[in-house]
Amino acid sequence: METILFYILMFIVIVSALLVVNTDKIYRAVLYLLFVLLGIAGIYFMLDYDFLGAVQLSVYAGGVAVLFIYVVMLTEKVGEPIRKIAPFRRMVAGITVILLMALALYAIWSFDFQEVTTKKEVTIREVGHALLSYEKNGFILAFEVISVILLAAMIGAIVIGRTKKSKR
Amino acid sequence: MEGISIQIVLTFTTILFFIGLYGFITRTNLIGILISLELMLNAEAVNFFVLNKYLFPGVLQGSVFSLFIIALAAAETALALAIIIQVYRMTGSVDVKEVKDLKH
Repeated sequence: METILFYILMFIVIVSALLVVNTDKIYRAVLYLLFVLLGIAGIYFMLDYDFLGAVQLSVYAGGVAVLFIYVVMLTEKVGEPIRKIAPFRRMVAGITVILLMALALYAIWSFDFQEVTTKKEVTIREVGHALLSYEKNGFILAFEVISVILLAAMIGAIVIGRTKKSKR
Repeated sequence: MEGISIQIVLTFTTILFFIGLYGFITRTNLIGILISLELMLNAEAVNFFVLNKYLFPGVLQGSVFSLFIIALAAAETALALAIIIQVYRMTGSVDVKEVKDLKH
């Protein structure tokens, strides 16, 4: 039953992703992106990583998608189709991408993965300890770097997004 | 997850990644390019976690890095959307054809 659900989720994500890159209207692309993000969150939940699923839901589906929707409404005339490149170029891009994908899939299916039999759940406690531990297998440095990057991105977004007229 | 081999999940993330790559190449709208980038980042985050879970369950590297990917993607999206709004203010469009110079 869970296997079938997993396949359904993967199917929904793939179809939504195809619609994201092929739809004419950018607003619809954002809405299909929301389906992709929700489907990925469902996949995290089914793979027993509840924390990342929750983060995916709150950060991506809650934050990034809303940001996209606002920017689309500010910059685009909603409902008007966007410019597309010539069909020949699309075809060439599609063929190239399919060839690269075939190469990657061939590599995946010909490699002998040593799957472990005992898969264990990743708990929030483990992840929290690993994030703040400064011993072996700790990620305190990466955690601090991410904090600084988030702060820099926040300040940068404010500075860049400000209008020029507001000088005092 | 019982009954799902690692090849199936990796195939899924590979397809998602290359769909994102296709959108990245063919879109001419800045927001469309950014959306395709999100598809690719999502596929990679799933990839990191799945490789960690199926092959090395004793460590947490993949799980933590997929978390970091989400944080980085959120920061990158906020910055890029601020830049896109500023580009729209200068050129009145978000098409890549209009973005020719980095002068201003």
